[in-house]
Amino acid sequence: MPSDAPDRDTAVAREHAVSFTLNGERVRCQVPARTHLGDLLRGTFGLTGVHLGCEHGVCGACTVLVDGRAVRACLMLGVQAEGATIETVEGLSESGRIRDLQDAFHARNALQCGYCTPGMLVTAAELLAECAGEIPSREAIRAAISGNYCRCTGYHAIVDAIATTAEARAARETAE
Amino acid sequence: MKAPDFAYARPASLDEALALLAAHGGDAVPLAGGQSLITTLNMRLAAPALLVDLNAIPGLAGISEADGVVRIGAMTRHRDVGTDPLVRERLPLLAAALPHIAHPAIRNRGTIGGSVALADPATEWPACCLAGEATIVVRGPQAERRIAAENFFLGLYTTALEPGEIVTAVEFPVPGPDAVWGFEELSRRHGDYALAGLAATARRGAGGLTGVRLAFFGLADRPVLARAAAAAIEAGDVKGAQGALSGELDPPEDPALRPATRLHLARVILGRVAGRMLDKPAQDGVPHAV
Ligand SMILES: Cc1cc2nc3c(=O)[nH]c(=O)nc-3n(C[C@H](O)[C@H](O)[C@H](O)COP(=O)(O)OP(=O)(O)OC[C@H]3O[C@@H](n4cnc5c(N)ncnc54)[C@H](O)[C@@H]3O)c2cc1C
Ligand code: FES
Ligand code: FES
Repeated sequence: MPSDAPDRDTAVAREHAVSFTLNGERVRCQVPARTHLGDLLRGTFGLTGVHLGCEHGVCGACTVLVDGRAVRACLMLGVQAEGATIETVEGLSESGRIRDLQDAFHARNALQCGYCTPGMLVTAAELLAECAGEIPSREAIRAAISGNYCRCTGYHAIVDAIATTAEARAARETAE
Repeated sequence: MKAPDFAYARPASLDEALALLAAHGGDAVPLAGGQSLITTLNMRLAAPALLVDLNAIPGLAGISEADGVVRIGAMTRHRDVGTDPLVRERLPLLAAALPHIAHPAIRNRGTIGGSVALADPATEWPACCLAGEATIVVRGPQAERRIAAENFFLGLYTTALEPGEIVTAVEFPVPGPDAVWGFEELSRRHGDYALAGLAATARRGAGGLTGVRLAFFGLADRPVLARAAAAAIEAGDVKGAQGALSGELDPPEDPALRPATRLHLARVILGRVAGRMLDKPAQDGVPHAV
């Protein structure tokens, strides 16, 4: 890990130095160009909450937040993390930011095998942050998670959990 | 699967990107949102030697209006196109198309320039470009070219783009006060590629509709302007327009959906869009919320 790597690496190379903010911490590493962000986060940083299902953008299990937006970790290169702020389900959990959502998933039985769960939580976290106190319709929740496959639950419990969280957050906001 | 080995560069200017593409010939490809390109790499359907990342080039993203034209930078993400206040006001057709493009995480990253350059025949932005009389702005090593959408989409994943050229923007003329539009898409599940889709624009006056443009997608090897059907709509003959479609569209052979069924779906959505453009206020046509 060269500490003298230039901040803006514009060279043509098969491997690059990247530095970015990962779950609140500044990190730096070398990454082959062909390594997608999901493999970088899992392999180099041990963040195995980033699940890989399809590796072509269809299942949503790998979803992480990049600069606050939900992104497929399998469809972004690790080198493209340069300068970004990345949060995985581990970071969202440890910060307590989605505690209510996780509790609602638990209470509603919104997971069985749990493979889809990190992607569902990250996708729902973005939706809830965007709603900012407004309660999304069930149709809007379904549209938001339309890119996240769950082979176990049949989705109803997941929609319930997200809706419950949205309602509780809206109620809290009005009370404050 | 995992992508094959390749080199990567992140140029800091358009000129640098063009120089890299020129130096590496056909072995180098631009990387925009990566939402199609990285899937094909992961599936090993492509093996470029070099990816030239457009994401760090200043000025390629963003939306502005000048002299009756809305300019959308090539690197503007799908989501930012469809939610932009200027687009929502001036080009409501694009805002209506947005929720049909894939899913939130893909819309957060995919770009309008990437969609236009890829020219997947079942996608929304190319059809919106045809309906909205857009101009595709392209930079090559020597010069800029401005290509009308009608001359840009040439076939299956085939455009007027020359090797080494980069799409820099898509420009839409601002529709006049009498403009109406319609958008409909049928797909199996929310966010799937279209089975049949239609982006339409027209002007509405006392005598009915004029300047009708019907851009169908998912119904041939490229987005198609159905001219005979448009003429029939201008004459107020919706049935005639639906009948004309068999001569204008060429639905793909698909084991999951017969061409005749696709053609039927095209007639259905034309009926919906035409009805709306003929009878209802211009803002109608948003199928459902984002
Ligand atoms: C599961 C899934 C579902 C999807 N569903 C839809 C859908 O319903 N509708 C839809 O429209 N799309 C859909 N997409 C595709 C998505 O919208 C892509 O973002 C888009 O097709 C390509 O844009 P991009 O910016 O990601 O381009 P990239 O993937 O980076 O590039 C695509 C191609 O265009 C070239 N290219 C990119 N930008 C430029 C440029 N500025 N100049 C010259 N060449 C360039 C690249 O070299 C590459 O060949 C889906 C994708 C996935 C994974
Ligand atoms: S692993 Fe990324 S979407 Fe399936
Ligand atoms: S809980 Fe098993 S895939 Fe969703």
